Amino acid sequence: MSALAQRLRPWRAAWPLIPVLLFLGVVFLYPVGQLLMLSGLEKGTSVLTLAHYERLFTSNLYFRVLVITLETSAWCTFFAIVGGYPVAYLLATTSERRRNNLMIWVLLPFWTSFLVRTFAWIVLLGRNGAINKWLQALGLTDAPLALIYNFTGVMIGMSHALMPLAILTMVSVMENIDANLPRAAATLGARGGQAFWRIYFPLSLPGVAAAGLLVFITALGFFITPALLGGRLQTMITQIIITQVQELLNWAFAGAVSMLLLVTALIVFYFYDRALGMSTLAGETTTSQGGGRRNPIAAIAAWIGDILLGLIGRICDAVSIVYERLVPRPADRLTRQWSRTVLGVVAFLIIGFLAAPTFFIVPVSFTTDAFIEWPPKFYSMRWYDAYFDSPIWMAATVRSLVVATASAGLAMLIGAPAAFVLVRQRIMGKTAMLAFILSPLIIPRIIIAVALFYFYARVGLIGTSIGLILGHAVLAIPYVVVTVMAVLKNYDERLDQAAGSLGATPLRTLWHITIPLIRSGLVAAFLFAFITSFDELTIALFVSGGLATTLPKQMWDDALLKVNPTLAAVSTILLVFITIVILLAEYLRRRSVVR
Amino acid sequence: MTNAKHKLTVRDLRKTYGPVVALTEAAFDLEEGEFLTLLGPSGSGKTTMLMIIAGLIQPDRGEVWIDGKLATFAPSYKRDIGMVFQNYALFPHMTVYENIAFPLRMRNMATDKIRQEVGRVLDIVRLPQVADRLPRALSGGQQQRIALARCMVYRPSIILMDEPLGALDKKLRDQMQLEIKQLHTELGITALYVTHDQEEAMIMSDRICLMNEARIEQLGTPADLYFKPRTVFAAGFLGESNLLEATVEAVVGDRTTVKTPDGALVRAPTADGIAVGQAVKLMVRPERLALLGPADSADNVVEGTLDQVIMVGGVTKYYARVAGDRAVSATRLTLGPISGLERGQRVRLGWSADSTVLLTA
Repeated sequence: MSALAQRLRPWRAAWPLIPVLLFLGVVFLYPVGQLLMLSGLEKGTSVLTLAHYERLFTSNLYFRVLVITLETSAWCTFFAIVGGYPVAYLLATTSERRRNNLMIWVLLPFWTSFLVRTFAWIVLLGRNGAINKWLQALGLTDAPLALIYNFTGVMIGMSHALMPLAILTMVSVMENIDANLPRAAATLGARGGQAFWRIYFPLSLPGVAAAGLLVFITALGFFITPALLGGRLQTMITQIIITQVQELLNWAFAGAVSMLLLVTALIVFYFYDRALGMSTLAGETTTSQGGGRRNPIAAIAAWIGDILLGLIGRICDAVSIVYERLVPRPADRLTRQWSRTVLGVVAFLIIGFLAAPTFFIVPVSFTTDAFIEWPPKFYSMRWYDAYFDSPIWMAATVRSLVVATASAGLAMLIGAPAAFVLVRQRIMGKTAMLAFILSPLIIPRIIIAVALFYFYARVGLIGTSIGLILGHAVLAIPYVVVTVMAVLKNYDERLDQAAGSLGATPLRTLWHITIPLIRSGLVAAFLFAFITSFDELTIALFVSGGLATTLPKQMWDDALLKVNPTLAAVSTILLVFITIVILLAEYLRRRSVVR
Repeated sequence: MTNAKHKLTVRDLRKTYGPVVALTEAAFDLEEGEFLTLLGPSGSGKTTMLMIIAGLIQPDRGEVWIDGKLATFAPSYKRDIGMVFQNYALFPHMTVYENIAFPLRMRNMATDKIRQEVGRVLDIVRLPQVADRLPRALSGGQQQRIALARCMVYRPSIILMDEPLGALDKKLRDQMQLEIKQLHTELGITALYVTHDQEEAMIMSDRICLMNEARIEQLGTPADLYFKPRTVFAAGFLGESNLLEATVEAVVGDRTTVKTPDGALVRAPTADGIAVGQAVKLMVRPERLALLGPADSADNVVEGTLDQVIMVGGVTKYYARVAGDRAVSATRLTLGPISGLERGQRVRLGWSADSTVLLTA
């Protein structure tokens, strides 16, 4: 065998990677590269210029928007983490049954459309919204408070939008913390406070960091919440890009702003990687290798952190000692641990904050009024009639379903085989390829959307379902690959080897052994992909070209004109749909666990 | 106080999970300096008992007294116990030094004193050189010793160990058994140890508490359990045993005579609560059975057919069928190459009356 053929051998087994790499190369890498290149060219020519960047950096406006974007994202990250931590902690440390039941209330808002949840906040926070009406009814305020179209509104909306992501990320790390460690601390003489702050909390920090990173990066690209719940002063960078493209058709400048957003995101990633390492994103608890602590700065930081955490632990324990003086804990009968009670109450309130608001949209959809107001005037089906009788809404709904099914199918078709190779084959450059496949998740979605718009405009895909399907598949592939890889990592490959030794060909092994065993994982991957597309607004906003609207796009257009009860009706239908999908997925998951 | 002289007293403990009884009617005392092992198969309730004593599980009923103080529902950090977990539970983000210093810090000990104490226990477990390493940089055996050191450093009343050697390979396990035993003897530690390995229990323990199906089956010294098992389960769990069905024929003082199904009469020491006509099981350890020559005699003799002869190195095992086709085995020291014994040959097996045990349960 020739040397070349020998070197190519591992690649023969890796052929399922080729479709996914080709696809992402054409529909993702090429358009994004083109857009970024455009930012360095004079309009309509191929002459290099820095004019767009000059404009970006000399104008005070864009710098201010960048600062607002960073500030908003940072605060949103802070609230999502602080609010999410107690819930994640409760989920990770409670019994499995209780975790599954509570998890649904985190997953439900996680999968509910950002649009629907934002509308819900309009119902709650508006001048005539539920909260202001209650406050006035209780006599706490005379005039309505300004809870919306300002920083407060954006913060509430965005924290609500991103907290489930923070919770799920932190839970995945906390679940890997050995439950024996806090127990060991207790037997060694640590009270609850010391055991938590010195042992559990430091071990959960990688999860906090990973959650912080994901929330921050996602927040950077947000535009729905600031646009609908914020005022002029809350304009974020993504909104600038949208204006530049949709209203001014200034591609090159949009490219320059995109570059700014991308570079900001990459800088954040860089520092994260330097400080903690990327592998913490995959839910691994600790990354530092080998023996003792590494460098003096880290050692000093660790020393300060140690003192600080010890101090917080002591304060907590002092509180509990005082409490025990007041309410002694006798050794001869069982007493409730008050710290767990406090945790339960706090977590319950936060879960309420996450799950409850969405349901306020339901009564509003039955109002007889022509606008969204609290309390709604009952009872009318006119907004449902308006939805079902409207050819535009119906067309948008059907298109959304078709596009979501097709793009999820496409993502499965080329993503799942790639996941098999990535888990099972040893090939060179695997990490780089995985990074490439996952990069649509990391790069702010708006950049992909604008890039696709520019690309599609030249190949005639604007306003087509095909264009939407391809674009959504780009976003769905990373979810499919990650989910299928996670399932395969827990799959005992010896089962396949056993099937092979019993005479099954690889294809029959796949069909009779592997696929039946990982079926629920595959279904979950499909659902992930489906919902990603079904809920997608950014790409639809550009690519649909005003002709082929999807449901989220139609809702967005409607909301920009006027937030009206039809949107509440549509949102209610979506809410019911998502709830059914989630419960179905949960049912399938539990059934697969029982078997 | 009545329990003052015991390091640990457990009374009438019971724990259920829904319809599943994990532990019931558990009671025993642990003396100062004693090494007691909870031995039993998985699901026998031994870990539940340990967790209740450590304060990590709350019992439904019963009492736990540690060092003369009632501690049934006291939090773990107030119990003055040490615990070595099966997976060691070393804090992965702390160095070995910090791990061992942790309990001392929790007791607000001065830094100088902490340094001295950590140094002392690291010397005891013979690992003074690893203080600055993180636990994952240590081998399994080293982690085991550090877990032990972390437990000993604050001199708790009792050290609880939950299958601490379960994760080690055979050779290292044998070595660690002796090391722990030696530390126990030298330092006068009071230890409660959990294992499912009967050999490990025999090697290490002063007393063994044999557990089965959520109850204490028998509690006694290793010799008690080996030579005087009270139940079929105890006889079978510790060492090998030959069991034959029998009926009590006569009870005369400290001698009881029983009859096997094929009519052979067997003499044995009288067991508690035995009555004529009762169906019992008679138990003999394989090493107490001898193959008799034509001229040899013994207190008890049965005839059988030889099935297998297997030389296992230092000992040779003889398998035969006796009394209604029951399989029995005899273990003898291997003194030379085996000759003159063939499969299917008739043999006579004999043993003394004193090495017979009658079991009623």
